[in-house]
Amino acid sequence: MPQEAAAFDETALVTQARQGDSEAFNGLAERYQRNIFRLAQNITQNREDAEDVLQETFLKAYEHLPEFHGDSKFYTWIVRIAVNEALMKLRKRKWDKTVWLDEPINTGEDSVAREIAVWEDNPEQRYSKEELHDILDKAVNGLAPPYRTVFVLRDMEGLSTEETAEALELSVPAVKSRLLRARLQLRDKLTAFFKKKVEDPFAYL
Amino acid sequence: MLTCKQFMAELSDYLDEALGREERKKLEEHINACPNCWVIADTTRKTVEFYKCSQPVPIPTDLRTRLMKALERKMASKRV
Repeated sequence: MPQEAAAFDETALVTQARQGDSEAFNGLAERYQRNIFRLAQNITQNREDAEDVLQETFLKAYEHLPEFHGDSKFYTWIVRIAVNEALMKLRKRKWDKTVWLDEPINTGEDSVAREIAVWEDNPEQRYSKEELHDILDKAVNGLAPPYRTVFVLRDMEGLSTEETAEALELSVPAVKSRLLRARLQLRDKLTAFFKKKVEDPFAYL
Repeated sequence: MLTCKQFMAELSDYLDEALGREERKKLEEHINACPNCWVIADTTRKTVEFYKCSQPVPIPTDLRTRLMKALERKMASKRV
């Protein structure tokens, strides 16, 4: 979730926007646009689609604002709109051969052998800010959509397990299972970059 | 003592501090005795932290302009 700035009062802005204050709604759009765009890019993996999702999300949010009664946070509400828009884009792409979110997936033991190696103390220091951004980005984009979407909502956008389950129309156990798989797969991918360079691979024992 | 498989099944809740005291204690006993699970838990925690700390970059100016203009049009049409 976007970090809270002292001057930002979401509830007050939402109240004003609901009363017809367009500046207040613009303030909300300014606040959340970069998170929504990142989320859209991560789910669709397509720049053009992500741009459409960004625009559609805020237009729909404005249109349906009278239906928002504050049962959830406004941010969670617009994330749900964005997720729906992004998944629609993903499904429309006929060339996309990846598994869909509502397909059953094997949540059993991860058959991929895990590399077990300690990381350096501050592995990020080995890379520039841009390189690190690129590594994290590529790793998350390498996840299959069912895992990627859950991971993006839970660990990047800060939604709770229950909010993620609601946004994706999944059960709480399904969210937990996919999140674990996503986290472990990412850990494996990042280990290749961040592991400690040691002569003895069992030095940590 | 938990098996590695039982530990892995609870790893996410352990990292999210979503477990009760008793459960947590069992997991801690396991990682204190199992170096492999300790490494997996430690590096998975760091993985999650990397992503939690990563802030989205500002969106390109032209995209932001298009978004605000589209909203402006929408707002104007609602006022009529």
